[in-house]
Amino acid sequence: MKQVNFPLFATFCQKFGAQVQSMHSERDDETYLFINNSDIRDIAEYLRGEFEARLVTVFAEDRCSTDGVFFNYYVFEQNDNPQYLIVRAPVSADDPRFPSLSAELPAVNWQEREIQDWFGLTATGHPNPRRVALHDNWPDVHPLRKDFPVDTVLAPFEGERHIYRPALGEGVFQVPVGPVHAGTIEPGHFSFAVAGEPILYLQLRMFYTHKGTEKLFERLPIHKAVFLAESVSGDSSFSHGTAFCQAIERAAEIQLPLRALIMRTILLELERICNHVADIGAIANDVGFVVANAHATRLKEMLFANNEQLAGNRLLRGMVCVGGIRRAWRAWQVDSLCDTVKAFAREFQDLVALINSSESTRDRLDHTGILKPKIAKDLGIVGVAGRASGIDLDVRRDHPYAAYRQYPFQVPVYQAGDVWHRMQVRIDEVKESLSIITRATDQDLNGEFRISVPPIPRNRCALSAVEGWRGEIIHWIRTGADNRLERCKIKDPSLNNWPAVVEAVQGNIIADFPVINKSFNLSYSGTDR
Amino acid sequence: MFKILQKAISTGIVTTAYPSKPVKISEHFRGRPSFDFEKWQDARPAEDVCPTGAISFCDDGDSRKVTVDYGLCVFCGLCAEASADQAVRITQEFELATADRRNLVLTAEYTLNADGTHRRLRALHRDFSNPAADVERVGQTAREKIQKLLGRSLAIREVDAGSCNGCELEIIALNNPIYDIERFGIHFVASPRHADMLLVTGPVTRNMEFALLKTYRAMPEPRLVVAVGACGISGGIFGANYASLGAVDKVLPVDVYIPGCPPRPQALLQGILLAVGRLRETRYDERP
Ligand code: SF4
Repeated sequence: MKQVNFPLFATFCQKFGAQVQSMHSERDDETYLFINNSDIRDIAEYLRGEFEARLVTVFAEDRCSTDGVFFNYYVFEQNDNPQYLIVRAPVSADDPRFPSLSAELPAVNWQEREIQDWFGLTATGHPNPRRVALHDNWPDVHPLRKDFPVDTVLAPFEGERHIYRPALGEGVFQVPVGPVHAGTIEPGHFSFAVAGEPILYLQLRMFYTHKGTEKLFERLPIHKAVFLAESVSGDSSFSHGTAFCQAIERAAEIQLPLRALIMRTILLELERICNHVADIGAIANDVGFVVANAHATRLKEMLFANNEQLAGNRLLRGMVCVGGIRRAWRAWQVDSLCDTVKAFAREFQDLVALINSSESTRDRLDHTGILKPKIAKDLGIVGVAGRASGIDLDVRRDHPYAAYRQYPFQVPVYQAGDVWHRMQVRIDEVKESLSIITRATDQDLNGEFRISVPPIPRNRCALSAVEGWRGEIIHWIRTGADNRLERCKIKDPSLNNWPAVVEAVQGNIIADFPVINKSFNLSYSGTDR
Repeated sequence: MFKILQKAISTGIVTTAYPSKPVKISEHFRGRPSFDFEKWQDARPAEDVCPTGAISFCDDGDSRKVTVDYGLCVFCGLCAEASADQAVRITQEFELATADRRNLVLTAEYTLNADGTHRRLRALHRDFSNPAADVERVGQTAREKIQKLLGRSLAIREVDAGSCNGCELEIIALNNPIYDIERFGIHFVASPRHADMLLVTGPVTRNMEFALLKTYRAMPEPRLVVAVGACGISGGIFGANYASLGAVDKVLPVDVYIPGCPPRPQALLQGILLAVGRLRETRYDERP
């Protein structure tokens, strides 16, 4: 156990010393603080106020068989501090209640309700404590409890379906959309209340794609679980795969060779570019600029072919592994990567010029779907959507991993928060990513790329963070016996960001919903797991 | 406007000629793992690494029955890495779509040595009794359905029944200028009422079960159902669990299965064309 080195720790102890049961650092950038369940509201408020800390995620763990309690974890981070502070509070099995933070922190609204559904703990004082992950018609089960077998087959659901808040008022109509949408997109239900054209408010119903992922992590041996991590959200396969492997490596204190770190960096940036260019095209498409989209999809295809050349799979699957990278690249593969990046950079410039030359596109995207910085901050929005609304966060810079320390880069931040600027963030980031890849491939890619992994020690906790192309991805694990995990928590940035969509569509016309939604492009599967 | 035209002309035609011409894909692409069952000394290392249980075995005294299910395979290539003697090889084959789920399953029976390695291959078969009659029956119903469909154009309704969105990425790619599925008279439609084919991805979550059924019921007859990807065929890495039913054919009658994780756009195209009788199944045969 290492010495705790959290700045302002002394002031914190002065105020809360008596309430803190213990405090220790698992590693330099990961500090654990054990407190009582009833103190969490005060401590959270203090950390957010005095330390300007941000609540990253909230999750639970069933430790009834070992510690006789459930644990709730609250992960905090602070500006300009590479450390994560993880506050742990026990929840008794006999009185399974914990104080809700959702009223002050809408960002954890769904996460607290997940805990209710999955663990059967009650978030007291939650403003909307209804079911979220297990829909209303489910029987009364709590699948993430240890006494619930993952392959339980539940009888056909008899319960009542979700009842939406009715749209009231003269001339106000409810427009239900989904879960099956008009286009080829993931399922979710949107219920719009509209007065004529403008949207008054939007209610969301997610978790249609909830497929027991977190529970499954407790069954699969670690080397197989990597593939499960890659399937959390297909468009972020490599980021989630990396976040997972990184968590195991941190728990087992495995140091990766530099070559592996550089290769991971390159692949992470390739994934970012693929998705960003596709989104740029799709946003243009949604306002009728079909030609721009045709070029964008062609560019994405170019990268997918390159992905296949580098990883054997168009989504970069099967490339990351615990201990590094599965296959090294030969010189010609790196050369061809460099050529692709050069050709792509040229074409990308053309694409951006094409979009900028279209006044009508800019007209439609400017001032559309605004998410104000103040609201973005209150809601805890991350990633591309956050940066377009003044939230200056990027895990690559704030908590460097892989080889990012070696390649300083600009983090684009805008204040306008509209669709145009969410696109602008992507355009800027593609340019930065291309520069990172170019610098990385300039280095000698020699030496070891994968090290053999010792047996993973039991009962170690580790937090791992990756800036996926959408934003902050968190994996938290506790290792178990036989090369397996006791718990794996996955937080995709989509989970934080849905409230931003609700906010951004208000007052816009319903016809603009697709392009606003696209400008966030959140992952339903990443949300629902 | 001029800029747009200039860009279009300088780009030229980018659409692939697949399937009339075979596609050139990277030698690094991981397609179907192929098994040299005669040579295979031991199935255990491959079974041990296979993330989805696509390779499984069952021992009984000195005999072992090994099952390979391409419906579960996510094409990770670990089995080839784990097996000595190059008995398992990763090929570039991706045209694996089939009308019969059982066509994706191979079974090999071995006599074992005392240490559990294979002594002799006793038998090798696909997992059904009378292949010829079966293929004929499936072919017949598919043809009848298609004849009823207007002309040879096709309207597809896609439903994500719980996928990771990987399959969606590749399905969307079918509309890009490279794959341009509309050149076959095939298009994606918004309403199931206009659709001839339901293209389903994902392991069918309990939360999507009802919506999937409703979409299917909204389609006019005759209707085709295509299960896409390892998850759609078998639940893939998710399998069946408290939240997932673990295959589209647990809920709907499926006409064609398209393996892959996700299937590449050409594989999707092959499966879709197969379902409407415009392509034949590609046969791979592991018999020595
Ligand atoms: S390639 Fe397929 S059969 Fe081989 S290990 Fe991977 S999933 Fe299993």
